[in-house]
Amino acid sequence: MSSLPLPLKYRLLLKAYPWRRIEPVPRAVLRQPLSRSRVALVTSSGLVAPGSQPFDLTRRGGDPTFRIIPAATAGETLAVHHRSDAFDRTGLAEDINVIFPRDALARLARDGVIGEVAPRHLSFMGSITAPGRLLRESAPAAAAALVADAVDVALLVPV
Amino acid sequence: MSLVASVLEARGIATVMLSVMPEISSRLTAPRTLVVPFGLGTPVGPPRDAATHRRVIAAALALTAETSVPVSCVWDGSA
Repeated sequence: MSSLPLPLKYRLLLKAYPWRRIEPVPRAVLRQPLSRSRVALVTSSGLVAPGSQPFDLTRRGGDPTFRIIPAATAGETLAVHHRSDAFDRTGLAEDINVIFPRDALARLARDGVIGEVAPRHLSFMGSITAPGRLLRESAPAAAAALVADAVDVALLVPV
Repeated sequence: MSLVASVLEARGIATVMLSVMPEISSRLTAPRTLVVPFGLGTPVGPPRDAATHRRVIAAALALTAETSVPVSCVWDGSA
């Protein structure tokens, strides 16, 4: 297991950060086997598809909005807009699958491990220190988009 | 991500979260978490390593079969 590869300023920030806990944790139950389930990706890497507005890197408390990533979007056309400099971007520049495993998900669908890939994936920009609007507006809107697509499982991938 | 997970779960969508920072994810209460041994910036594994990406994602999605949640597992290299 790798140690926390963060600069001191981030370690101090995380140590003092007032993490929100949600109790009780809402729990969904998968009603059918994974092999018959529709799966979407939800990334917090600030990924943006061509034609979508970039995330606001200057917004105080963080940009709580999300972007739609159509599943058919070519991987090499996706761009990362993220205000954090805490993560290494060389890997994702070489292969977007390290943060957005679209190819692996497609393979799992072909192999019958999952039922199918959802038609749309979602992207947030992490590092949101003021999550009020995220909880009140953006996350419910994101959930509504996935419900509209009949998504059964969301795989949440940090950056 | 755990805040988003809670909202999705409340709408009936089962969520699984990858974690590269167990020091943080252990403080949160996401329903299903797979801790992976990769660094920030490459949560699914090294670039151009499709076999590892597939195993990580398969292992994560397999957590949807867990009946007792919250559940947090450390990826052991298997699918």
